[in-house]
Amino acid sequence: MKKAILLGDEAVGLGAIHAGLSGVYGYPGTPSTEIFEFIDQRTRKSGDVHAFWSTNEKVAYEEALGMSWAGKRALVCMKHVGLNVAADAFVNSAITGTNGGLVLAVADDPGMHSSQNEQDSRFFAQFALIPCLEPGNQQECYDMMFEAFELSEELKVPVMVRLVTRIAHSRTAVTTREPRPQNELAPDKQIRKWTLIPVNARVQYKQLTEKQPELLRRAEDSPHNRLELRGTKGVIACGLAGNYLLENLEPEHDFSVLMLRQYPLPTRLLRQLVEHVDDLLVLEDGYPLVESTLRGLFGIDGVTIRGRMSEDLPRTGELNPDIVRSALGLPALPTAHGPATDLSNRPPALCQGCPHTDSFKALNDALSGYEDAQVFSDIGCYALAALPPLQAVHSCVAMGASIGMAAGAAHAGYRPAVAAIGDSTFAHGGITPLMSAVQQNVNLKVLVVDNSTVAMTGTQRSMSTGSTLDSIIRGTGISEEHVREIEPIPRNHEQNVNVLREELAYEGPSVIVARRACLEAVKKRPH
Amino acid sequence: MEKNIILAGVGGQGILSIAFVIDHAAMDAGYEFKQAEVHGMAQRGGAVQSNLRYADGPIWSDLIPVGKVDLVLSVEPLEALRYLHYLRPEGWVVTSTTPFENIPDYPDHDALLDRLAAIDRAILVDTAHFARAAGNRRAQNMVMVGAAAPLLDFAEDRLLAFVAKLFERKGDKLIRVNQRAFALGRASGQFFRALTDGGVAKRDALRLVGKFTPDSLEADGAEALGADWARALAADPELLEAVLGETGSVAADRIPTGA
Repeated sequence: MKKAILLGDEAVGLGAIHAGLSGVYGYPGTPSTEIFEFIDQRTRKSGDVHAFWSTNEKVAYEEALGMSWAGKRALVCMKHVGLNVAADAFVNSAITGTNGGLVLAVADDPGMHSSQNEQDSRFFAQFALIPCLEPGNQQECYDMMFEAFELSEELKVPVMVRLVTRIAHSRTAVTTREPRPQNELAPDKQIRKWTLIPVNARVQYKQLTEKQPELLRRAEDSPHNRLELRGTKGVIACGLAGNYLLENLEPEHDFSVLMLRQYPLPTRLLRQLVEHVDDLLVLEDGYPLVESTLRGLFGIDGVTIRGRMSEDLPRTGELNPDIVRSALGLPALPTAHGPATDLSNRPPALCQGCPHTDSFKALNDALSGYEDAQVFSDIGCYALAALPPLQAVHSCVAMGASIGMAAGAAHAGYRPAVAAIGDSTFAHGGITPLMSAVQQNVNLKVLVVDNSTVAMTGTQRSMSTGSTLDSIIRGTGISEEHVREIEPIPRNHEQNVNVLREELAYEGPSVIVARRACLEAVKKRPH
Repeated sequence: MEKNIILAGVGGQGILSIAFVIDHAAMDAGYEFKQAEVHGMAQRGGAVQSNLRYADGPIWSDLIPVGKVDLVLSVEPLEALRYLHYLRPEGWVVTSTTPFENIPDYPDHDALLDRLAAIDRAILVDTAHFARAAGNRRAQNMVMVGAAAPLLDFAEDRLLAFVAKLFERKGDKLIRVNQRAFALGRASGQFFRALTDGGVAKRDALRLVGKFTPDSLEADGAEALGADWARALAADPELLEAVLGETGSVAADRIPTGA
């Protein structure tokens, strides 16, 4: 039995490789990035697993689906909000069904350590009518991959494996197994299944609904859903929350406990629990999916349900062992010191010498003549320009939203409508709104901060940087005179401000590319 | 047996390298371990921490409960203060005193040291001084591993082996530098503790350890030497200022016999 020290993400990656993976797909996104990176690094020498970052999560999902169609096992990885981008293909892949095993590993971010929200991907699995496995520790992250691929090939649907930050980015020793070979090429020739014109889609959807009792039976009989009945106070612990529960319980505790790690919700087990207890605490890291399902509109007669929707757990933010301890009614442990409330905060900031600092200093100066100028920004390191001392950007909503929002504001008559977006975010979701704005000749300024990499997530490869980026911008049909390039370094400050001012004065679409490589990227790959 | 450690510092200071050494030492010693960390936003010079737990039985939560932390191991003095409220009553703080000032409202350094000195169970280490002596200012994190080593549960040679493994791709020279940083950290930590156990005030102990030639601390007897110095200082109240007043470094193993 071999042991490897692995993050939860890495355990997912290694589990997939050992389960006979042929391709891994994704877009960088904390806390999922390391799944792809691990597989990429581990298989680079042999080259027998396809691994190349996709332009965005929708592309990644569709590529994975194509590999599944061809009969081979594919893994697609993303963070929770990435699934919003892939949702179209994701929902429809459950309706077409799959061929080679297709597993979607989504890493949620309760507490928003590095995200815009803490949405709960289990709802997506429910919505798409597919199974979901929710590992509670790193060993399960590894082992569940074998099951996920098997389940996908047996039921012919994609299977979700749902992680959260605290399991994705926590490391321990994992026991590994004998690898299994990859599948052979075996394309799925059932044309009607894959061609979702209404006449076929109706048949496919009905079949998906008819698979649901089997999905339910698998969850009810699953070794990952463990019910132990003791006293009349009950606890349901989903995934990682199980650890926080066990951390606080003595072995001789009197709680009736359901450890829940496979969905759809195992009705039979839940019924047994609910009939046995009069008080039920629901522990889930994310949204209150299980809690709200049990409550329904009217609650359950004779059972007090407690969780995020009552005052027993915070409605927002991640769980931790202390919150769970308090919810269990246990006294706090003694400590040596109280909390220090007067410590200076040390928030994340742009690195010393980052090109974004120079870009936004120039933008601030160029906009200084305009009253109350607001810059629509996007997702990346440059979003940190919102903080002091720069305070140069004023919105950040979704990947690529900067350009669309600036265009909409311009339609409403707002001037100057300025968007700031990075090179990789531009490829991900900025090309389409720029095309739209150019075709309407919107008075919109787009500052593309091209630092040649996907920096915030750890300097992954960018799809549209340098000359590729320039060609794409020109390809939208924008007037050449209003595509400018500046180098964001201190000695160019004056001339950069002038370029920006010139474009601000122009009443049509402009793109200004601020080009200088990310310092971290250069450190890692000096060439 | 269980040991729960919060590693603290600023993004980029190498606390994950500290985690690497301890994780491997724990696995090597046959312990279970879990080590949680933050990525993404945290790479950007913000406050970072890692929760590291090892035990001879199953470990459940990846995050250490409040009141169960045995050790706050910090590469930065301000960051050490951020996690004090997690410490159990007999818990220890082992921290660098070298400030990383990347925020406009960084506290007054002197006041910060006073605050750390007021912590009963604390070991303070001038990591910049010892990393430089070891040959590379960036080895401050390995100085801290050394300083914390007596409070961990591993043989010194095992920890040193994993310091070597951490740097194996960077060449022999860097391995030696970092192992030396570890050794200096260990010696300075033991010396500091022996002084404070012997009644010397923490800030005085810090100044005194900084006055010694780093080499002279490294001898196996750092603990015994520290105890001898504590006795000598207690016997002669003017000795401390006399030693600090000497030009250049002083040999730690030559205790003056008095005026």
